[in-house]
Amino acid sequence: MIEQENGTLHDAPLAMVAKVRGALRLGAVNGAARDRGMAVGMALADARAVLPDLIVAEMDEQADAHWLMRLARRCGAWSPHVMVTPPDGLVMESTGVDHLFGGEAGLAAQVEDAMADIGMTTRVAMAATSEAAQALVRYGVHNGQGPVDDEGGAIRALPIAALGLEDEAALALSRAGLKTVGDVAGRSMAAIAARFGGEAVTALRRLLGEEQAPIAPIIRPRPLRFERRFPEPIGLQSSIAACFLDLMHQAAGEMAQRDLGGRRFALTLFRSDGARHRLMIETGLPTRDPALVLRLFDERIAALADPLDPGFGYDRITLLVPLAEPLLASQSALDGEEKQEAALAELIDRLSTRLGPDALRRLVPQDSHMPEQAQYAVAAIHHAPIPWPAPAQGEPPLRPLFLFDPPQQVDVIAEVPDGPPHRFRWRGTLYEVSRFEGPERIAAQWWRRKEGEIPGMGGLTRDYYRVEDRHGRRYWIFRHGLYEEKPDPHWYMHGLFA
Amino acid sequence: MEAMDAALGGGLAHGCLHEIYAAEVGDGAAAAGFTLAAAMGMCGGGMDGARPLLWLRSRRAVGALGVFQGAGWAELGGAPDGGLVGVVGDTMGLLRAAVDGLRCAALGAVVVESWGTMRELDLTASRRFALAAEQSGVPLLLLRVDAAPSPSAARTRWQVSAAPSCALPQAGPGDAPGAPCFDVTLLRQRSGPSGQSWRLEWDREKCQFRDGQFREALSGAVVPVPLDRPAGDRAGKRHAA
Repeated sequence: MIEQENGTLHDAPLAMVAKVRGALRLGAVNGAARDRGMAVGMALADARAVLPDLIVAEMDEQADAHWLMRLARRCGAWSPHVMVTPPDGLVMESTGVDHLFGGEAGLAAQVEDAMADIGMTTRVAMAATSEAAQALVRYGVHNGQGPVDDEGGAIRALPIAALGLEDEAALALSRAGLKTVGDVAGRSMAAIAARFGGEAVTALRRLLGEEQAPIAPIIRPRPLRFERRFPEPIGLQSSIAACFLDLMHQAAGEMAQRDLGGRRFALTLFRSDGARHRLMIETGLPTRDPALVLRLFDERIAALADPLDPGFGYDRITLLVPLAEPLLASQSALDGEEKQEAALAELIDRLSTRLGPDALRRLVPQDSHMPEQAQYAVAAIHHAPIPWPAPAQGEPPLRPLFLFDPPQQVDVIAEVPDGPPHRFRWRGTLYEVSRFEGPERIAAQWWRRKEGEIPGMGGLTRDYYRVEDRHGRRYWIFRHGLYEEKPDPHWYMHGLFA
Repeated sequence: MEAMDAALGGGLAHGCLHEIYAAEVGDGAAAAGFTLAAAMGMCGGGMDGARPLLWLRSRRAVGALGVFQGAGWAELGGAPDGGLVGVVGDTMGLLRAAVDGLRCAALGAVVVESWGTMRELDLTASRRFALAAEQSGVPLLLLRVDAAPSPSAARTRWQVSAAPSCALPQAGPGDAPGAPCFDVTLLRQRSGPSGQSWRLEWDREKCQFRDGQFREALSGAVVPVPLDRPAGDRAGKRHAA
């Protein structure tokens, strides 16, 4: 049983609040707050009236659950069977493992020490059933200090709240003068069942250890790791390929059972003299097709700068699938749509494996008015396509097909200083402008600059012109800076139209 | 355009190799625009269900023409989200990637943008392209800039240069450039007539070429825009942005 506590605010009264039935109520309090009269369930307004310097934070149930799950995984060090009982409990099956840690007391002490090391305050109890242990930890008088000597007596001394019954039933029991579990246990079970239902009897029997409820332990998935060892090292390419296919078939079977498909595969070849070769491939879509993965590994091996040298042979080969995603067996549609998608995904995987993940890219629109920032070229293997906005109807192309990065400086002669270009020199050639449109004024991103909101500090404005020369070649050039911003602004060639 | 389709026997054929040469180095962007327009037509236009386009570029092409822009592609009426752009440093890698693309029947077209004479791109390589294209039915458009035509297994060979666009009247002095125009010459066609030239204008809305010569004659007849009247007077007139 664990209660989370913030280490830095250890001595200050702290409470987590949550909205319950329309009012903010305390959902959890630390020791300092509890000592000063705070209790779970109090309205925040009342709590503030009693204790004005109470530090309040909002409760995050999801984060708590996540943290509890991480703690449960950690508890796997003591027992293979760990169950999470939200919101704040962990149950461990200690049968057959406690002797490894010096008996029940030793196990409890180890758990408490380990939790204290990571800043958790814990209460630990041991009992014959998980319900009894939880009741002892939450309601026990010994306040969760490891195993108790007289377990039956301790359970019988618990208040009836430990039964976990409905409020009405608990109220009725206390009105009948039954204050402890022992009082209830002294009555006949038939009478209790008749008055308070079968659940009360079941809860009682589980508390007393007369009935066992199964615990549902968290299951940790086995890592997808497959291995072959050879008494005699193998060196022939065909044997290695056969071994790999064998491993991959095994992996595919395992992944098919779990409805998974691998996105990343790592093959490690252990040479008999101790050298290791590690090969990694990635796929755009989850897959468990051995032939496809083998082809990708072939591409990877062909792309290696120094080829694989088996030397005296490999004596161990492992295949690891570090990244797997859900992949359900799917029924193929009649029009073969998936087949096309699969063929395209395979092409992307193959080219990305051979040329590197950044060689093949998708163009993704970006919400920016700066032309050079209006698109991202993202790796095709990692990203799905995003649709582009349609251009304005009835206009000629307003954005060029190619953009220079960075823009190239040109010498421009304009008829009037802030007018359109008349002729310009680019890459040593003189161009006569016959048609132009503009300026399209694009301001700098002043909000990105320090003190950019002050006039004159926001960066230079660009005036873009679409121009066409005598031959009909179309260019996108801009003047970097208005004349009031800069005395002699430069001109740049930024792009080429079709 | 009917005249061109008739000369080609019904448009550019799928499943084979087409070579497009830029007339001069400065016509590289125009040739790329023509290639992209032709490839979009072969991929199924801007409609739904269009197949993806694989555009492979050499490093030199990126240096000479600049970065390929999705916005510019969309402005030509295409769907850049269905496109894959690959930049490959070495020529052999570029040609191998193109063959791999040609073998993938899910693609609508493969474009290889190459600059300069490529020694590796010989008759054998182009035969390999032609065979791969024939098997999958995916066309390969081989864009060549700064290169002289050499023997190849291409079905058609084109020469493209930029052409003055049909001017759009605008408020203020001068005319604005209009839709992209190209001067194309069919240099060679296997088992068909060749040597014809056309002036083509790209129609973005219909996703096809139309006769640019005819439009130019028409646009010349437009009454010039008066300078002394407010810009809003004439419908369809362009405003300075």
